[in-house]
Amino acid sequence: MNTRVLTWLVAVPAVVIGLGLLFQLLSLVEPSLYFTWAYYLEVLIGGTLQGVMYSLVALGFVLIFKASSVFNFAQGSMVLFAALTMVGMIEWGLHWTLAFLITAGVMVVLALVIERVVLRPLVNQPHIILFMATIGIFYFLDGLGQTLWGSDVKQLDIGIPRTPIFILESVFEGGILVNQFDIVAAAIGGILVLVLAIFFQKTRIGRALRAVADDHQAALSVGIPLKTIWAIVWSVAGFVALVTGVIWGSKLGVQFTLALIALKALPVLILGGLTSIPGAIVGGLIIGAGEQVAEVFLSTFIGSAIQDWFAYVLAMLFLLVRPQGLFGEKIIERV
Amino acid sequence: MNNVAVAERLPGQPAAAQGSPPQLSVNNIEVIYDHVILVLKGVSLSVPKGEIVALLGANGAGKTTTLKAISNLLRAERGEVTKGSIELEGERVQDLSPNDLVRRGVIQVMEGRHCFEHLTIEENLMTGAYTRTDGRAAIEQDLAMVYDYFPRLKERRFSQAGYTSGGEQQMCAIGRALMSRPKVVLLDEPSMGLAPQLVEQIFEIVKRINEESGVSILLAEQNTNIALKYARYGYILENGRVVMDGEAAALRENEDVKEFYLGLSASGRRSYRDVKHYRRRKRWLG
Repeated sequence: MNTRVLTWLVAVPAVVIGLGLLFQLLSLVEPSLYFTWAYYLEVLIGGTLQGVMYSLVALGFVLIFKASSVFNFAQGSMVLFAALTMVGMIEWGLHWTLAFLITAGVMVVLALVIERVVLRPLVNQPHIILFMATIGIFYFLDGLGQTLWGSDVKQLDIGIPRTPIFILESVFEGGILVNQFDIVAAAIGGILVLVLAIFFQKTRIGRALRAVADDHQAALSVGIPLKTIWAIVWSVAGFVALVTGVIWGSKLGVQFTLALIALKALPVLILGGLTSIPGAIVGGLIIGAGEQVAEVFLSTFIGSAIQDWFAYVLAMLFLLVRPQGLFGEKIIERV
Repeated sequence: MNNVAVAERLPGQPAAAQGSPPQLSVNNIEVIYDHVILVLKGVSLSVPKGEIVALLGANGAGKTTTLKAISNLLRAERGEVTKGSIELEGERVQDLSPNDLVRRGVIQVMEGRHCFEHLTIEENLMTGAYTRTDGRAAIEQDLAMVYDYFPRLKERRFSQAGYTSGGEQQMCAIGRALMSRPKVVLLDEPSMGLAPQLVEQIFEIVKRINEESGVSILLAEQNTNIALKYARYGYILENGRVVMDGEAAALRENEDVKEFYLGLSASGRRSYRDVKHYRRRKRWLG
């Protein structure tokens, strides 16, 4: 484990510096490519912070997949539904903290309903059936949210500062421009992940969740009630969707496209591994940073709009080389 | 029906335990999978308090199904008890969920160990205490007890269960069940895939647990030899029926048991072909 952490500590700066040197070289060959180290770092940081958002969406997927082996296609629409509900509450004149709490409650109720109405009747069915059911949930929630709260693009403002600031002015001339909003978002994401990690590693319920993820039958045999566990997992995923919805919503406005950010989470999951929480986070960061850097420094050579496909190509490469992802649970084989 | 040493018993009445009701009794249960496949065709057995009872039989005889009917893990596999009753200390328990059954002290150690691979040994053991509400101190105390029974687990307690050996996993599975403070442990095929010496060692510990903490054990085994060595009483299943039962000592001496399950016979060892032939003829003759 420690060697693994060490590897990352060495590998990440190595890759970052290596890519930097490569771009520097390219800028010498191709004068129209603008490269300074400060600019490179700025793009990298901006991308990484953007990546936190991807991580959050991916996290929702991983939680449910780990506990029930269900790939929850509806995670994206849960994000949209949560954001719409919260904005609706705020429009009623509630303070955003109160709206947040009520929406969290709504998400828990939603999780219980999904468990009761959709999952329980489908117990013991093949995974593909459950997956199809979540596609159904996707369209249902998508429609329900817009029926209840309307389909206009809405503003969600919970008072996160948006002004860009300069950091590291003493190191680089002119400093590095960073968006304050992204920093706050990253901090919130970080706290959420920390809380979840403690919940999973240290609590009785968390341990039970991991046990269920490993072996349903054995979990049942020691008296862990699967229904309760699934309800808890969907509630937690609902809460993660809410936090994601609030952050994405206040950045981009609450609108239908929020449901489609789920698509961006797919490559993140492949990169990080479907079953790994750290994987979801690191995967999100790598894709966020990678696509920004590629967009800025490679578009001179291979045309722009790299952002749209970069994540998928990276995911494809990973499928070829390391299908379980960076952190995916290795299939333990004893000899 | 070929009952040994049970002449004094009325037909249909569960064996053993005169006086107080047995810890666990199974009365003439029938189990159907998927609404069509009849697996158990009237199995009765009883486990007296604080004893080890063996459930013997070949592959597919219905041993595991019987245990799963008791622990109610059947329902997750689309199985159903359609007839008969299962009683714990005289109370019907067949409609309880596995969760409730564990709370009441009935826990199964599944065949093939089924440890949680990505959890450490200690975490595995702690999941066994999921249903308990008697506080941290009591649970810690039982953890120490399990480590006392299985010192090997203490050494490996921070290793991921998936990377431990088969014997260690079997110990972990048994220890995990003990963490729930059970009254009855349904132990399914603990000898599977383990070296004979290790099997012996595990059975010794099981015996010790049984004697020291008074846990009743219903043991399903294919290894008739070792099962009859440690159990007090035995039932032999064939095709979903109990075909024979009796005191372990009597079963060990029974000619048919020797022939079919222990691989011995009055005329010394026979070749497998002869045994099969003998068996087939006997079936036809009824």
